[in-house]
Amino acid sequence: MIPLSHFLIISAVLFCIGLYAVLTKKNAIQILIGIEFMINAAVLNFVAFGRFDKINGGGQLFALFAIVLAAAGVAVALAIILNVYKHFKTIDPSKIDKLKN
Amino acid sequence: MNTEQLIFYFFSALLLTSALMVVSIQNLVRSIFLFFVSLFSLAALYIFALADFIAITQVVIYVGGVLVLMLFAFMLSNKELLNSLQPIKKSFKFYQLIGIFICLAFLFVLVSLNLQIDFSNLSWIKSSNPIMESDNTTHTIGILSMTRYLLPFEVLSVFLLMALIGAAHLARKGKKT
Repeated sequence: MIPLSHFLIISAVLFCIGLYAVLTKKNAIQILIGIEFMINAAVLNFVAFGRFDKINGGGQLFALFAIVLAAAGVAVALAIILNVYKHFKTIDPSKIDKLKN
Repeated sequence: MNTEQLIFYFFSALLLTSALMVVSIQNLVRSIFLFFVSLFSLAALYIFALADFIAITQVVIYVGGVLVLMLFAFMLSNKELLNSLQPIKKSFKFYQLIGIFICLAFLFVLVSLNLQIDFSNLSWIKSSNPIMESDNTTHTIGILSMTRYLLPFEVLSVFLLMALIGAAHLARKGKKT
């Protein structure tokens, strides 16, 4: 049986890798990948704690809900990225500085 | 070190190295395919936390859905990057240094907090009866999502419908005005 703290350390490292991608990348798709890493680190925490919640199953059910919500979020975000590319001809977030074209 | 721990640490090392390569590699197509590898090894870690149904869901939704969607959006949005695939010369910028510093500080806070807690002596972990390897978690999840978590389940289905309609509306070709 793997101890709980090992799961938490792995998810902390994964979260920081995602944070680095969000902070430094210059491509909207790579920033989206960083956000996905952060969501997945949180889901790993939920699942690791959910092992001790057998009756209510809160951890596993919430992990399931979080995965589905993240997938829906990615679909909308990619549609927005395609629209942004159509308007600005770039997906570098630092070059998109107008709310109204 | 028994076999279970060996496989667990193998998959966690695979996850962390592939995630590091995703954020550090220059070629975007390669980084998206490495993202695929890290999602698969994350699904393996879910199995070690005795959540086999979550692992299957991870493989189906992320690897089957999200990744294909990302590749699709990349192909539609980055034509000029595909034309010039010659390697860009590596230069270490100042903002990357700041990003690494912030992430290491955050990692230090999380890991030091983690090391201070003695997990095996927490009262709620001692009093709980953890999931065993022989338990049927898929059966439990099915019953719970229809009884205790029925309202979040239904709200989630309405939300998915909203996201579907919204994404289709955003991505269609608008009328020329």
